Amino acid sequence: MIQLNELTKRYGKFTAVNGISLEIPTGTLYGLLGPNGAGKTTTMRMIAGILRPTSGTVTVAGYDVVRQPMEAKQRLGFIPDRPFVYDKLTGAEFLRFVAGLYGQSGADVERRIDELLDLFELVPWKNELTEAYSHGMRQKLIISSALVHRPEVIVVDEPMVGLDPKSARLLKDIFRHFVERGGTVLMSTHTLEIAEVMCDRIGIVFGGQVVAAGTMAEIRAQTESGAATLEEVFLKLTGGLNARELSDILGR
Amino acid sequence: MSSVTSSAVESSPPRGAGITRILFPKWRSVLARLAKERSGAGTRILLLVLIGGGFWAGAFGAFYRVLKYLGTTPEIGALLAGKILSMILLAFGSILLLSNLVTALSVFFLAKDLDMLVSAPVDWGRLYVAKLGETLIHSSWMVALMLVPILTAYGVVYDGGPLVPVAAIGALLPFFVLPTVVGSAITLILVNVFPARRTRDLLSLIAIGAVGGVVIFLRVLRPEQLSRPEGFRNLVDFVAELQAPSHPLMPSDWAADAVMNWLQHVGDPLPLLLLWSTAAAFVVLGAALHSRLYPSGYSKAQEGADKYVAGTRWQATLSRALAFLPVTRREFILKDLRVFFRDTTQWSQLILLAVLLIVYVFNIRALPLYTGERVPYMLVTLVVFLNQGLGGFVLAAIAARFIFPSVSLEGRQLWLLKSSPLDLRSMLWSKYWVGTAPLLVVALGITLVTNSILRASPFMMFLSLVTIACFTLAAGSLALSLGVLYPQFDTENAAQIPTSFGGMVFMMASIALLAAIIAIEARPVSAHLAAYQMGEEAPGFTRELWLAVGGVFLVSAAVTLIPLSRSRKRLEALDL
Repeated sequence: MIQLNELTKRYGKFTAVNGISLEIPTGTLYGLLGPNGAGKTTTMRMIAGILRPTSGTVTVAGYDVVRQPMEAKQRLGFIPDRPFVYDKLTGAEFLRFVAGLYGQSGADVERRIDELLDLFELVPWKNELTEAYSHGMRQKLIISSALVHRPEVIVVDEPMVGLDPKSARLLKDIFRHFVERGGTVLMSTHTLEIAEVMCDRIGIVFGGQVVAAGTMAEIRAQTESGAATLEEVFLKLTGGLNARELSDILGR
Repeated sequence: MSSVTSSAVESSPPRGAGITRILFPKWRSVLARLAKERSGAGTRILLLVLIGGGFWAGAFGAFYRVLKYLGTTPEIGALLAGKILSMILLAFGSILLLSNLVTALSVFFLAKDLDMLVSAPVDWGRLYVAKLGETLIHSSWMVALMLVPILTAYGVVYDGGPLVPVAAIGALLPFFVLPTVVGSAITLILVNVFPARRTRDLLSLIAIGAVGGVVIFLRVLRPEQLSRPEGFRNLVDFVAELQAPSHPLMPSDWAADAVMNWLQHVGDPLPLLLLWSTAAAFVVLGAALHSRLYPSGYSKAQEGADKYVAGTRWQATLSRALAFLPVTRREFILKDLRVFFRDTTQWSQLILLAVLLIVYVFNIRALPLYTGERVPYMLVTLVVFLNQGLGGFVLAAIAARFIFPSVSLEGRQLWLLKSSPLDLRSMLWSKYWVGTAPLLVVALGITLVTNSILRASPFMMFLSLVTIACFTLAAGSLALSLGVLYPQFDTENAAQIPTSFGGMVFMMASIALLAAIIAIEARPVSAHLAAYQMGEEAPGFTRELWLAVGGVFLVSAAVTLIPLSRSRKRLEALDL
């Protein structure tokens, strides 16, 4: 459903994403992990059509994001890491506007908006300007906006940031149901426990490249990590501070 | 206590970070931005130098000529020059006061660095002085730059010597500090009464209403009368009017006197003493007020998003009216209109626009054309023709304010537009018509009104309407496209977008377009006038005129379509 082929993004001399190739089949919840600055967000923004790749291709549902952007984007729902919405629109107006961007309007859309706002417990805020929303409420509104047009693929960058435990649990359930019904989710996260529990397959990105990819069992085998947890595998692949260094920094 | 905490306590002075430390991130940001803009921006710098140099040269030349002319009458020349400087400083002072009101709100209460500074052990006095300095620079830099050619002309004409800049800075620095302290203090009080977001709305209204008031005041005051001494009963009255300060407590008079004293080698330190002592006293009083009200004001500034949703009644009607459009385009237009009319800082600018138009029409009415005698056809035609240029300039200024920022204002929401299957061509055309259609109505309206006041002939009325319509359609496209080429996605204040570099480029480009259109039409209009002089009572539409109209249409069509196409490509390639 999502195919990345030698995907590369350079900013001047700096290479943010360096030849990533991935294949995420239909009905998969795929977790993209990596330390800060590894290239996860850049990769996701290229899949969503926000950034243009320097080289390589991105295909969503069989459509090239650069050559057939309309077809690819029509099937995609993107949830960014920072919930920027129009402050001067109400929650319902924002969702109606997003549906309009996908060419949808009318009674079906109104019903869908009510369903989503109800699901995320935003009904009391439906007709309030979003500038009055908390960070978590904005995040829930953006998640709703990615679902309003019934996408086939969801690309989501750090979905749990700002969500309360109940909403986080709800989101996990939504993604799981979405995948079970034939949808595809590509999710980046720093919460390794969530990735380990939720994701069918995992890719670890470091220095703009995929350093390990597959199921948990496959990744353990690739890295010769035995029965290690995802956290241990992640730290092994991406490096980390040892206890003595931390102690020096904290001055204890 | 841990060693980290104890060492920090030992190494930090009791009053915390100093003023330079507080301002350090801002200073570094300015340097970084300059370095970024310098790399690969030769054309932009060249353009900036040309525009800035051209403006300075023009302003210097105009003031030099006026001051030289006044110098020919030694008795009252210096008095008049001082009076003019005082009036300029009064106008600038009023603008600075208003500018400081809005700037202080951003700098003292809404800036992103405040959470860190307020939570750090920073002495309130140092925070006040640092933020006051930041407010001063933000609000005064443009006025200071505008004063450079004016004061240079004064220095050259009155032979003030190489130290004129030092004398000018000595007089103007405290003059700039005064409105900064007063503006910051008023903002501080307002924030304690209203939540900051509401205050910003309120300030926008106050500021714009007051700017309108100042413009109308200056227009009604008719400063040009000072150049017509025949309006006074005798010379003694005229000199007495010049010598009397507009108010003995007016800092603009003190600053003008300080500069003129230096230029005329008068050893009177009183104006400078008044300026510096008042500025110092105001800073102390402002600091005292700050220490009392800032903590509660800052806390209040974190509250109070607007919960009132305006425009719920008209949107159903408008939605039905736009039903013929495709869903995407309709929703986009509705979104743009909702956002515009709910943002007070946006729609309140309409007040300024109304004032601008009133002053424009007032000026046309004030032209001494119809005073009882028969006015030559040639003169009326010429004035109507030149009025096209003036009207075009006003329209360009409106486009700079309302159309130029429209893509920049999408800013942080562009992720949504670019990740959706929205055709960017649709988006640009929607924005183009949302901005240009009302502008076209204004353009045709003011042309009809002013030409009627001027009693233009049918020939000139037709030519003006066609010209202004073509220009407006092209200027709308230029504004939108240059807004894409020079975006300001990170700005916190929409009002700053038109005064950015791209805004200046747009104004220059639209003035160049206006000049090109007027040049194309100049020949048939002069042929028309020549035919009239040869004896034809009302010469009709010649072939040459139709060719000129066709030329204007073609130029305008090219300037409408090519930039929009370029800006679409630029938007598609934009990395966010």
